[in-house]
Amino acid sequence: MTELTLAKALNTALHAAMAEDSRVLVMGEDVGRLGGVFRITEGLYDAFGPRRVRDMPLAESGIVGTAVGLALRGFRPVVEIQFDGFVFPAFDQIVNQVAGYRARTHGRTSLPMVIRVPFGGDIGAVEHHSESPEAYFMHTPGLHVLSCGSPHDAHWLLRQAIECPDPVILFEPKARYYVKGEVGPAPDLPMTAARTVRPGRDATLLAYGPTVRTCLDAAEAAAREGRDLEVIDLRALAPLDMAVIRASAARTRRVVVVHEARRTLGPGAEIAARLDEEMWGSLDAPVLRVAAWDVRYPPARVEHDYLPDAERVLDAVDRSFAY
Amino acid sequence: MGADDPTRPVQLLTPDGRRVEDPRFAWRGGDTELVTMLRRMMLGRRLDTEGAALQRHGELGLWPPLRGQEGYQAGIAAVIEPADMVFATYREQALALAMGVGVADLLALWRGAGMSRWDSEATRVAPFSIIIGSHPLHAVGYAMGVDLERFGDGPVPATLALYGDGASSQGDVNEALVFAAAQDAPVVFCCVNNQWAISEPVTSQSRVPLYQRAHGFGIPGIRVDGNDPLAGAAVIGWALDRARAGHPVLVEAYTYRMGAHTTSDDPGRYRGDETSADWAAKDPIERLRRHLLDTGLVDDAWLRAMDAELDDFGADVRRTCRELDDTPIERAFDELIGEPGDYLRAERADCLDWLSTAPDEGDAA
Repeated sequence: MTELTLAKALNTALHAAMAEDSRVLVMGEDVGRLGGVFRITEGLYDAFGPRRVRDMPLAESGIVGTAVGLALRGFRPVVEIQFDGFVFPAFDQIVNQVAGYRARTHGRTSLPMVIRVPFGGDIGAVEHHSESPEAYFMHTPGLHVLSCGSPHDAHWLLRQAIECPDPVILFEPKARYYVKGEVGPAPDLPMTAARTVRPGRDATLLAYGPTVRTCLDAAEAAAREGRDLEVIDLRALAPLDMAVIRASAARTRRVVVVHEARRTLGPGAEIAARLDEEMWGSLDAPVLRVAAWDVRYPPARVEHDYLPDAERVLDAVDRSFAY
Repeated sequence: MGADDPTRPVQLLTPDGRRVEDPRFAWRGGDTELVTMLRRMMLGRRLDTEGAALQRHGELGLWPPLRGQEGYQAGIAAVIEPADMVFATYREQALALAMGVGVADLLALWRGAGMSRWDSEATRVAPFSIIIGSHPLHAVGYAMGVDLERFGDGPVPATLALYGDGASSQGDVNEALVFAAAQDAPVVFCCVNNQWAISEPVTSQSRVPLYQRAHGFGIPGIRVDGNDPLAGAAVIGWALDRARAGHPVLVEAYTYRMGAHTTSDDPGRYRGDETSADWAAKDPIERLRRHLLDTGLVDDAWLRAMDAELDDFGADVRRTCRELDDTPIERAFDELIGEPGDYLRAERADCLDWLSTAPDEGDAA
């Protein structure tokens, strides 16, 4: 076991994957000498050179589109989108091309490529630097959509994503980049599995990315008041690990989904609908959502009024118990 | 366009079938290749004629006519090499056919019986992008990959990206040009200027001749007569060689879309017949046919035999179309992603269960 920050865990994953497989490439904006604006690609340029660690022109559609071509030629590109809000210029390439290629070729051609997206708020940034766009991609068939909530999962989910024959979008919680944690020597779960990070009996909190920590904080506070909350890090948003979600819901009978994505048609909406369809009558309360409000991301000095925090999670748990 | 006008396209075969010389480009093929080009153009035109008719008979949902654009396609087919890779548009079906994409695979796309189902690895023809201009980026990435595999200074396989005058306005196409120049990718851009993007003339896309755009990106640009298969072969051949040596280049194939954009379109609403008549006089097949007759490389007997072959081919196209099987819905599930997860597996089962139990519409009567 090694203790690393989440950022370093991603960095060591890239180092290891590139050392292991010469087809793995890193491409993006400022990923070379600078090592990326968050330093996730630090040291790769020196270790693997400018042909495998490519500073690309500043055009996200172009970066993703050329990554498609590289994947077609047999490479395994790992694309860095600099900030969440910058993913939208690449939306056509991701939704129509990357996600659709296998189906458009009747399964002949899959694209082994990874798109890393630092996402989420709480970093005091200007607009377009704090978004949570994951639901757009969950809505798109043909993609694996992942998010990491700990250094261990950051490292191993990225390694597994690079080995996956199909395209993966990895949403990295940028506000948690510098939180430390143990990184194990091997993956202990498949890429598509959720992880129970805190077992509990009384209610289930479903989280991913930055809200895993939020929910653990809420669970600790609830424990002091005698409530035993289970926290599940979903890790995979597409496909969702419904087996783990259902099993937990069946035990606790109360579910709260927590994310920084907006509430309307966010991941929580889909989870609530599925639990409603699959477990109607066996829960003690409706599935509740703690999410960002359905407005534009606000100026940074009031972002804490926008983002879910432990207090809002606990309030939702109280409301769940009031049914 | 005078002889010294730089916008004048490179031409080696005049509309009336006379060979002319160009100081920079020469036709390097032999007599056999000339006859092959005529044959490929005729097959491409027959495929187009049959495709349009099949759409009118309700056998195809849509057809994008290629009539008038056989010239540069035959030229490319003459110079493309087995290791090269082509990212073409859906109007390059004569080229795809010449490169070995099957009639059934082409028709399946327009019948709604399949997607781009041909083997891209074997045929070297990538799936057609229906989002215009989205594929040149794939070509540039592919070429970057070719370059990454390079050992030493020897030639590399070339990658060819075709796109239209309409697509030349797309951001992705411009990004592709930026990236190819910045990364020095071994790729050829062939901008097929057929003068019309559905109803919008090329003047609504650009204030400058499209080949001149290349200069702003820092790569060479040249305009070729797209209705001249010899010039197409010579100029695209030169461009492919430049890519094989490791550098990008842009060729504008100057041509004309004789037919509609697709069978859903009505050109009578936006353009007159005069220009089309002018362009009909520049027909790529007619000019090569005349030339080969004049030089004795083909004769009336050859043409009659070719007509018979085309009739057989046409019958085969029609039969192939009607015999195409639909792609069953479960393949939309099975071909989506390697690991779909339990939820999608259950949805697939629900879908098939529903289909196996739901009454047919006919049963209600």
